[in-house]
Amino acid sequence: MAQVSITVNDKAYEREVEPRMLLAHFLREELGLTGTNVGCDTSQCGSCTVLMDGVAVKSCTVLAVQADGSSVTTIEGLASDGKLHPVQNAFWEKHGLQCGFCTPGMIITVVDLLNNNPHPTDEQIRHGLEGNVCRCTGYENIVRAVKYAADTMAQEA
Amino acid sequence: MSKYVGTSMKRREDSRFLQGRGSYVANLKLPNMAYLAIKRSPYAHAVIKGIKTDKARNLPGVLGVFTGEDTADVGMLPSGWNVPGIKVPANRVLQTDKVRHVGDRVAMVVAENPYIAQDALDLIEVDYEPLPAVVDAKKAAEDGAPQLHDSVPNNISYTWALGNKEECDKAFAEADKVVELDLVNQRLIATAIEPRAAVAQWDPAKEEMTLWTTSQNPNLTRVVLSAFLIGIPEHKLRLISPDVGGGFGSKIPTYPEEALVPWAARKVGRPVKWVASRSEAAMSDTQGRDHVTHCKLALKSDGTITGLYVATYANNGAYISLVASLIPTAFYITLLSGLYKIPGIYGDVWGTLTNTVWVDAYRGAGRPEAAYVVERLVDVAARELNMDPVEIRRKNFIPAGEFPYQTPVALQYDSGNYAGVMDKAMEVSNYAELRAAQAEARKEGKLVGIGVASCIEASGPVPSKVAGALGGVTGFWESGGLRVHATGKVTALTGAHTHGQGHETTFAQIVADELGISVDDVDIVHGDTAVITNGMGTYGSRSTSVGGSALVRSAEKVRAKMMKIAAHQLEAPLDELVYDKEQGKVHVKGVPSKAKAFSELAFAAYTAHNLPEGLEPGLEEDTYYDPANFTYPNSVHIAQVEIDPDTGQVTVQKYIAVDDVGKVINPMIVEGQVSGGVAQGVGQALLEHGVYDDNGQLITMGLSEYALPRAHHFPPMVTGRTETPSPHNPLGVKGVGEMGTIAATPTIVNAVMDALAPLGIRHLDMPLTPEKIWRAMQAAK
Repeated sequence: MAQVSITVNDKAYEREVEPRMLLAHFLREELGLTGTNVGCDTSQCGSCTVLMDGVAVKSCTVLAVQADGSSVTTIEGLASDGKLHPVQNAFWEKHGLQCGFCTPGMIITVVDLLNNNPHPTDEQIRHGLEGNVCRCTGYENIVRAVKYAADTMAQEA
Repeated sequence: MSKYVGTSMKRREDSRFLQGRGSYVANLKLPNMAYLAIKRSPYAHAVIKGIKTDKARNLPGVLGVFTGEDTADVGMLPSGWNVPGIKVPANRVLQTDKVRHVGDRVAMVVAENPYIAQDALDLIEVDYEPLPAVVDAKKAAEDGAPQLHDSVPNNISYTWALGNKEECDKAFAEADKVVELDLVNQRLIATAIEPRAAVAQWDPAKEEMTLWTTSQNPNLTRVVLSAFLIGIPEHKLRLISPDVGGGFGSKIPTYPEEALVPWAARKVGRPVKWVASRSEAAMSDTQGRDHVTHCKLALKSDGTITGLYVATYANNGAYISLVASLIPTAFYITLLSGLYKIPGIYGDVWGTLTNTVWVDAYRGAGRPEAAYVVERLVDVAARELNMDPVEIRRKNFIPAGEFPYQTPVALQYDSGNYAGVMDKAMEVSNYAELRAAQAEARKEGKLVGIGVASCIEASGPVPSKVAGALGGVTGFWESGGLRVHATGKVTALTGAHTHGQGHETTFAQIVADELGISVDDVDIVHGDTAVITNGMGTYGSRSTSVGGSALVRSAEKVRAKMMKIAAHQLEAPLDELVYDKEQGKVHVKGVPSKAKAFSELAFAAYTAHNLPEGLEPGLEEDTYYDPANFTYPNSVHIAQVEIDPDTGQVTVQKYIAVDDVGKVINPMIVEGQVSGGVAQGVGQALLEHGVYDDNGQLITMGLSEYALPRAHHFPPMVTGRTETPSPHNPLGVKGVGEMGTIAATPTIVNAVMDALAPLGIRHLDMPLTPEKIWRAMQAAK
């Protein structure tokens, strides 16, 4: 067993974990943060994407011990003071989700995308979403949501 | 005028999904829960000579290891659709004699945690004697092919035929032109992003089982589990399918795991959880399509279609799944008239068994396969007759004045204006300009293609009596109940199930308008058999036309009872009252002030202080709505593609989808359904293929191998719509969930073939990968 200290959504956690425990399972099973979904186990689908020290990672291929000492943001930590993050709001406005399963990972990826490039072109958006699979929407409304989020975030900045 | 229906209301269910609060089955954690894992066959075909479980049993943390001998009290997985003469082979939840596909089930482990359960699987020793395998639908029926089941000679489970053979033969005998094609509609893996999962909890005090499962139709699954598999009486078995992360047909069937998990929970006396990994999903979820087809079209020299013949070998996989035999029969041959007047149509089907994962419904289920046959034949015919693909389609469309239209393959189309849909598609796509630009591009040596497909779907199946006559074991009605509470709030119960479709919004729009109340006062409840006594679930683009109609009928009953109460309290004759759906009140005709509001009448129904003589208190109504017929959504889709001459890579440059799905409840959701459907259709045309090698090894075991469409595969989509209401249901709606998928596949293939036409390439089978196109281009040089 290994000792880890991980800050998740601004709250510090200390846990004993098996060295083989994945970060996704740590979040879901140890902390009960089930918003991070697991869709493929091989970092292909992106459903399990979280921010680790501000960078999007696929938590099904990060070991909990690798996250030791880092700060993780999951979908549960995105809204603040009861107000949705502009990306969450944009997905709602533009119908960027259907079954909702890929949505947490998709939203976290978009947060990361807009952190790096606040005014992406359509092509940059589609390229930036390459690591996330949505089987429901056909991506059209997700792309619209990213543009909408970029616009609102620019206005709010 | 309706307040909500027809508006793009934002989805009410989204708030929880956006914040990571979805209640998917895999999220469940019950006190003292144990974890189940399944030992699956690595061979496509083998005799099980022995299974040693001692080492696994002795691993610390293992609670039990079970084989098919242990689960002998569980019944056989049944077929829920039996075409005449079908041979349904025995299918145990854990196999005891043979395994017949990679992923077939031989044993299971229950352990303290999922990691230990996986470790224990590796300690189970199975002694296999491998046998030769067959994976091809047609080769399976040939002499000398490996035989899967003694009870199914030549691996042919069923044959089926439909049509007016004499008229069809005559058409080919007298044809000016006959176009023939051999088509493979390849194996697909549905790949809902949420893998299947189940959690079961046994209450020994009440002798009740609760099963949380990722199902599109929990009530139907409960019936099957209770009647055929685990023997727990239906009233002692509760199924809950909470939020389900996509289905696309793969979560319709009743699965062995849905019997094994509750069986194990009872056995070990603890709640038990099973969650499929992605590779496990690939080798155990029902898969889709997989037809090997020879087809031909008879025409006059002016392009008039006179006949169509199809011979299809349909791959069912190793066993017959729940509605497997419906799909290549009554959901396939019946759709071969497309949007066209074709005097003679005939189809022959052989349903075969192979050493592959079983096949069942996948988005469209039979109807995409039919559309692909028709639209490829029509397209090749246009080319060979030197006609524009739009012109040949227009020439053969069923005219708007000829509805209802009886096809030669059993269906009676409800309504349509196919020429109108084509007009709209021409306008939205600027078709003439697309063709002009293509001519210019070709001059520069570019491989640009434009594809057109005009397709029909039969959605919202089907009168129960018809289903019964065709082989259905169940009915196809839907339940819709309204519980009006004393305070005027309404709980609406539906037997349909939403796993992305947005029923919590659209159904609330319907109910609110029918009763004239705020949508905020309506809650939609689904997916729990403790609340929804009976239901049929969601598939076949049926939910709004059948389930929505059930709610409309219940609202009519609620209004009727409210009218009686109002008549009594206002001391006015019933026929002088009117239910004002705008205001949500009952008033005397011409005297809006002499009124009783919805909330007053609801309260009155429960105080029961002043009700008409003989009227029961309470305000709850239920409806079982049996559809009068299918509805027939239709579409014209147009795509422009360009092929890289050096690599064979296809780029989709433009995609235009014009659909007529009848009356639209929520335009935003409808557009989303079309867009998502198109993506899956494009996926089949260009990317997706569930591949087995000749030994039956499944090569595409995960998302590294199975190519799903991603955002960069698509251009911005342009959508358009015409609205021709269906006369078959009170809402005038037609199905929308599958139309995009049905149309997109032939649209893209026709576009790619149009691009390759100057090279003399007539047809390539899907998926149109760069390698396949590159090889064809080299061969054509």
